[in-house]
Amino acid sequence: MKTEKETIQVKEQANGFETVTGAEALLRCLVEEGVDTIFGYPGGAIMPVYDRLLDYKGKLNHILTRHEQGAAHAAQAYAMVTGKPGVCFATSGPGATNLITGIANAYLDSVPVVFITAQVVSNLIGTDAFQETDILGVSMPVVKWNAQVKKSQDIPETIAKAFFIAKTGRPGPVVIDITKDAQYEKLDFKYTKCNYIRSYNPHIPLHTRAIESAAIMINHAEKPLILAGHGVLISGAENELLKFAEKTGIPVALTLLGLSAFPTGHRLYTGYLGMHGNYGPNFLTNEADLIIAIGMRFDDRVTGNLKKYAKNARIIHIEIDEAEINKNVIVDLEINNDAKEVLDNLIPLVQKKSYEKWLREFRICDKTEYEKVIRSETKPEKGKLKMGEVVRLVSELTRGDAIVVTDVGQNQMTVARYYSFSNPNSLVTSGGMGTMGFGLPASIGAKIGKPDKQVVAFLGDGGFQMTIQELGTILHYRIPVKIIILNNGFLGMVRQWQDMFYSKRHASTELVNPDFVTIAKGYRIPAKIVSERKELKDSLVEMLETEGPYLLDIKIDKEANVLPMIEPGASVSEMTLTYK
Amino acid sequence: MNKQEFTISLFTEDHIGILSQITIILTRRQINIESITASESAVKGVQMLTLVVRTTAEMVQKVARQMQKLVDVLKVFVHTSDEIVYQELALYKVKTTGLMSGNMIDHIVRDHNALILEVSPEYMVIEKTGHKTQINELLHVLEPCGVLQFVRSGRVAITRQVKELNAYLDEMDEANQYKPDNIDTIN
Repeated sequence: MKTEKETIQVKEQANGFETVTGAEALLRCLVEEGVDTIFGYPGGAIMPVYDRLLDYKGKLNHILTRHEQGAAHAAQAYAMVTGKPGVCFATSGPGATNLITGIANAYLDSVPVVFITAQVVSNLIGTDAFQETDILGVSMPVVKWNAQVKKSQDIPETIAKAFFIAKTGRPGPVVIDITKDAQYEKLDFKYTKCNYIRSYNPHIPLHTRAIESAAIMINHAEKPLILAGHGVLISGAENELLKFAEKTGIPVALTLLGLSAFPTGHRLYTGYLGMHGNYGPNFLTNEADLIIAIGMRFDDRVTGNLKKYAKNARIIHIEIDEAEINKNVIVDLEINNDAKEVLDNLIPLVQKKSYEKWLREFRICDKTEYEKVIRSETKPEKGKLKMGEVVRLVSELTRGDAIVVTDVGQNQMTVARYYSFSNPNSLVTSGGMGTMGFGLPASIGAKIGKPDKQVVAFLGDGGFQMTIQELGTILHYRIPVKIIILNNGFLGMVRQWQDMFYSKRHASTELVNPDFVTIAKGYRIPAKIVSERKELKDSLVEMLETEGPYLLDIKIDKEANVLPMIEPGASVSEMTLTYK
Repeated sequence: MNKQEFTISLFTEDHIGILSQITIILTRRQINIESITASESAVKGVQMLTLVVRTTAEMVQKVARQMQKLVDVLKVFVHTSDEIVYQELALYKVKTTGLMSGNMIDHIVRDHNALILEVSPEYMVIEKTGHKTQINELLHVLEPCGVLQFVRSGRVAITRQVKELNAYLDEMDEANQYKPDNIDTIN
């Protein structure tokens, strides 16, 4: 008589299966998908998975954050800098609901993250059991796809689908909710990667006629302008964009999430689009006779008043997500496909040209912007420290080579305006959601994703305190991120709006802050206050040269505003350069 | 832009929560669902949903594209009422005494093409198939007799186009560079 174990082994050899628990199967699936890092936080319902995780040291590196929201943002940043899907674990109930902000953030910014949430034992679902939340229902409006697994044998197929869906087409977050019994029950494990789902085809056939039409429109344009977005980076089309722009001679503007898709120093680069973007590309959008929008979605922060947006231009929209085409702006030619594939096919069809006269119009705008805004922001000789000069100095000291992470608000807009990016995917920021508290945990994910890169986080004093607990994660793993707090003692962007549109009534925007240096010391992170211009450069150099994490609390002019600005309801061509 | 009635027909995989995903898209745009029908389609494993909404032509295109984007949605069709053949079904429970006067029964059966499903001393159950207006007309006729209950189904619709779902499914498979038999197995 064979023992039961021997019988199982014989069966396994015959079928190529191995009998394992659901928890073990999940971790094997992740290894098969090339995952090496997981951000997460344990709890009751996910304990079987964490128990198995102990045996995966060296294969699956788990980063314990101090809050699930931190894990979600870190996983997103990891995905943004590596191009691989991020992975995030949380337990049922509050663990899962704490992820929601991070899930929504990844959804709006099209970042592939696979969220694994645990669920109560399947026979308790629907009974309001302890730590039971309907996370499928709660997350539904902010995921690309979600599914619940109640039987261990469904784990491999569901995880395979999750990775395929998260990273293909327009990427996005996926939530897989696994009941506790599915984690401890056994299954015959075999993993097959997914690359086919009947109802989902991310590989859209190329529409060659549309590309030919685009080439004709481009070759006949007199004032063409390229608006490039995050889609260029996701598609890996930076070189194609560069080639396309250089061949056609067409000026390029980038959206916030498109920053770093085109070299900041290039002569065809005209700046960054949006409410606080550069004057030239915003103002001249309404002068252009042809707009070539690539991998961007005409967000309201980019278009300003839609009724007065790009009325002189015909618009070509190259976009992988069909639902984004004609959503905000009605376009003349739609090319529903991947940016890289379209540009590859378009480049041979366009003529070599240059638009020196048109480019001069941008230079004139640049000069105006420099005189009215940039000079005083980046090279002030007296007065309080400005955010712009700090960012510009860090940009110079790191030669534009760092991965820059921001929080949300004035700090973010200033980084977008004044950091000179030289490498693709080197800005990690929360675009569509504008999630305060994103910066600190995102810097952790970015550094773990790209350990060889200098990672600098620019945070406001408000956003920093929204996820300040992640200093614990930095302490725990000695994550060498450089944290710069642009500290103006205010929720600066809201305060700026109060000054401009609410009669300077500062309702709940002034902050009473703790001593951040003392707090950093508690987490054994070296820290320093900078309040004088003369000590700024040396302090930044010291921060960048120190091994390990470092925090600089930089005291900024309390009531400075980010300019220029397209005021709410205004057109892009009505961008204001001076604060009235 | 003027609002008009559209019938959205969706073919979807049988994935839990797909109905919620679809209604969320309409809820976000503040579009009310006038009627909804869900059933298995002629193709095994494929669900069919028929939604009737009132909105602008521009908006219905936007929401249809968002529905098409959902991972488990196979195909979305948007039709105006003249592009489809459609029916709704209604049941009326009416006091028997009210129907006994004059030639009411005759009028209901001959002029309104209704069926009588059940007769009891207290009530009769009448069935009517037709367009919403016809169903409402009959309701109007029956009201003086004493309507005890009235229920109406969602719309079921068949498109006038020649191409059927199977042809679309084949096309989608053709366009997909990964066929099921190309899937490479790991281990």
